[in-house]
Parts: sequence; structure tokens; C-alpha cells
Amino acid sequence: MEFINTFIKTAFIENLVLSYFLGMCSYLAVSKSVKTAFGLGMAVIFVLGITMPINWLINEYLLSENGLFGMDLTFLRFILFIATIAAMVQLVEMVVEKFSPSLYAALGIFLPLITVNCAILGGSLFMVSREYNLSNSIAFGLGGGFGWFLAIIAIAAIREKIRYSNVPPALRGLGMAFILTGLMGIAFMSLMGIDPAAFAAK
Amino acid sequence: MAETAVKEKEPIIAFGKKERQLLTDPLNDNNPITVQVLGICSALAVTSLVYPAVVMAVAVTLVTAFSNLFTSMVRQYIPKSVRMIVQLVIIATLVTIVELLLKYFNYPIYKQLSVYIGLIITNCIVMGRLEAFAMANKPWRSFLDGIGNGLGYGAILIIVAIVREIFGKGSLFAGSPIELKIIGPTAEYLINTTQSTLFGWYSNNNLMVLPAAAMFIIGILIWIQRSYNSKLVDVS
Repeated sequence: MEFINTFIKTAFIENLVLSYFLGMCSYLAVSKSVKTAFGLGMAVIFVLGITMPINWLINEYLLSENGLFGMDLTFLRFILFIATIAAMVQLVEMVVEKFSPSLYAALGIFLPLITVNCAILGGSLFMVSREYNLSNSIAFGLGGGFGWFLAIIAIAAIREKIRYSNVPPALRGLGMAFILTGLMGIAFMSLMGIDPAAFAAK
Repeated sequence: MAETAVKEKEPIIAFGKKERQLLTDPLNDNNPITVQVLGICSALAVTSLVYPAVVMAVAVTLVTAFSNLFTSMVRQYIPKSVRMIVQLVIIATLVTIVELLLKYFNYPIYKQLSVYIGLIITNCIVMGRLEAFAMANKPWRSFLDGIGNGLGYGAILIIVAIVREIFGKGSLFAGSPIELKIIGPTAEYLINTTQSTLFGWYSNNNLMVLPAAAMFIIGILIWIQRSYNSKLVDVS
């Protein structure tokens, strides 16, 4: 039940984009049409879901004091995490290309871009600072990815519509995107009323 | 000595018009946040108070400046296919150094910034400047470009933080040695709302503490900047 709990919490209440500003760069750059936003969103769910448990294992069994090397190597965390993410993205890219060319064509250029998406590294660092266990970190990865996916789809849909509206010229494009994101953030905050504990008890 | 020959032709450290432009351009015309849309990712979350925002701005400026410098120094030796990895290693090393220094000198702020220090690694502005500038320019210029972009980024961060802290908490530089209390309900504050007849109606705006406020403020900043600087207006 803790699994569902963490999933709901990270997907809706503590949404990575809307309340932690993670992955904002690609969120703003790739949200001009719903189709591309969908591709990137799927890729983020995929990569977050894979890298999170791997980074958890690395942190637990290689870097911590009672790990494989028996000493505190946590200062290597940044380099190892980013290397894992880069390697995983590369691996996922190759696997997807081999087994599902149609998905590969759909994700296209977005896969390599994900390496520098702050949501991925941010997720791993949050996982460490919140001291999640393995199942929680899987839930956190999937939930965080799903929340990111929802946010980028929503903003892309709104931006497609708002192109036909009469926005002041100076606010057009980027300025409006920021204000919309703020409004969406407030909308998502209303989901704070959901009590995941009560949900889990059912 | 080949190196000295190069030095005589063109001084390595010069401070002419072009160099000054490298520093001032990112403050307005080419601001990393409002124009290039880089590096919004991690740092906005630290803007609810001014002091962490200043620390973050300094950290990012240091990392951009030195990663630009080092990448520019080794740029001729990096094969094209592995340049991302090389850049990431340089950045990650610098960020680790910054993190350890901060942990040593100011632990409370280190705790407060938590994961956001680590996120400087994937802050698009660092990577973006490496790709766009340092890979094609000499070390000294790249260094200045890094400082300029760090400052342009820090300026926005600090403006957002000042607005959010004054209206959200009624204080300025809370947590730092020069803490100022501006407006609030007790006698400690500069404007005491329980006694003041003019500001008796005032209470802190809780919206400003929420993450969404940072979005609104940046949106409005972009609006103001673009109404003065019409060449930045998005035509699409």
C-alpha cells in the first residue's frame, strides 16, 4: 500500500514540475504541440522508472558505508548518478531501436535529451535525501514520471489552444507559458486534499 | 616556445569592449532565464527566501565560469562523440567541490538547498553555455561568458526572491547575519501592522510562499522586459 501511496503523492501532490520546478527546460521547450509532448512524456516515465531503482542500488550497495567497498563514498554520488543516467538513456535508446522501431521513431530526438533533464537526476537525489526503500523508489520513479507526463500534456494542449487567443504581444509565448504553469501549479495543489493514507486503508 | 608567441600576438587576459559585452549581454538582451530559457529547472525552488537564492546564484556563477574555463582549455582534445560525457564529468566535479565547500562553511544553508545544489549539474545553462560558447572560444573569454551568464541568472533569481520574501514573509535576507524585518505584526518589524494606522489592513500574502508565485513573477518579468525591448517579442 505504501507503493500506491508514494505513487499518488509524487504524481499529483508533489508534482516534479509544478511544485519542484524539475525538468522545466524541456517542459517549456517541447510543449508547443501535444504530439511531441506525448513522446517526451513517455520517454521520461520510461527513463525515470528505470534509473531510479538502479541508482538506489548503486547508492545502497556501492556508495554507502556498509556497501561493497566498506567506506563512505557518497561524494562520488553526483558523478555516478549522472553516469548511470547517461548510460541508461543510451541503453534504452539501443534496446528500443532494436525491438520497437515504431516507438523509437516516435521518441526520436527526445531520448538523448533526457540525460540533461533535471527531473531524472532530481528524482534520484530526492530519493536519497528522503531515504526511500527500493519499492518506494520504484513508485517514486513511476509516479514522478507520470506526473511530469500529465503536466507536459496539459501545458501543450493549453498552448495549442492559446495560439488563437489575443494575448498582449510582449506576453506571447514564453511569458504566457510561465503564468499558465503557475495556474496549473495552483490547480494541482488542490489535490493536496487527497489523503493517500485514507486511500491506502480502503 | 609556441605559447609565448601566441601571448605576444594577443594577450590572454584582455578587457576590451568585446569582453565587457560578454559580461553585460546576459544581464538583459541575452538573459539566460528570460530570453534563452535555460536553467529554470532547479533553482526557482530556492527563491522563496533571498539568502539561499544569493548562495545559489554564487554557486551557479562559479560552476558556469570554471566549467566554461576548463572546457575551453581542453576543447581541442575532446573527440566530438564523447563530448557530452567529458562536459558532464567536468561539471559534476565542480559541483561536488562547491557542495563540499558549502557543507563545510555553512551547513544550515546546505541543508536548506538540499538536492538543488546537485541539480546544478543538469542545470541547462551550464551545459548550454559549454556547447554554445566554450567549445568554440578561448579560455579567458569563455570564463567571462560564464561569469556573465551566472550573473544574469542570479539577477533574475534574486529579483524573484526579493519579491517573494517581502510579500510572503515580510522580511529580507532571513537566516543571514544581516536579517531585516520589514513588515509584520510584532514590534520587531520596521512597519508594525498591529500599531500602524496606515498598514493595519496588511497581512502576508501566502500565495508568494507557494512555488506557483515564482512562475507568475517570472512571467511578469518577461512581460515587462519584452515591452521595453521589442526585439525580443515572440512572433510565432
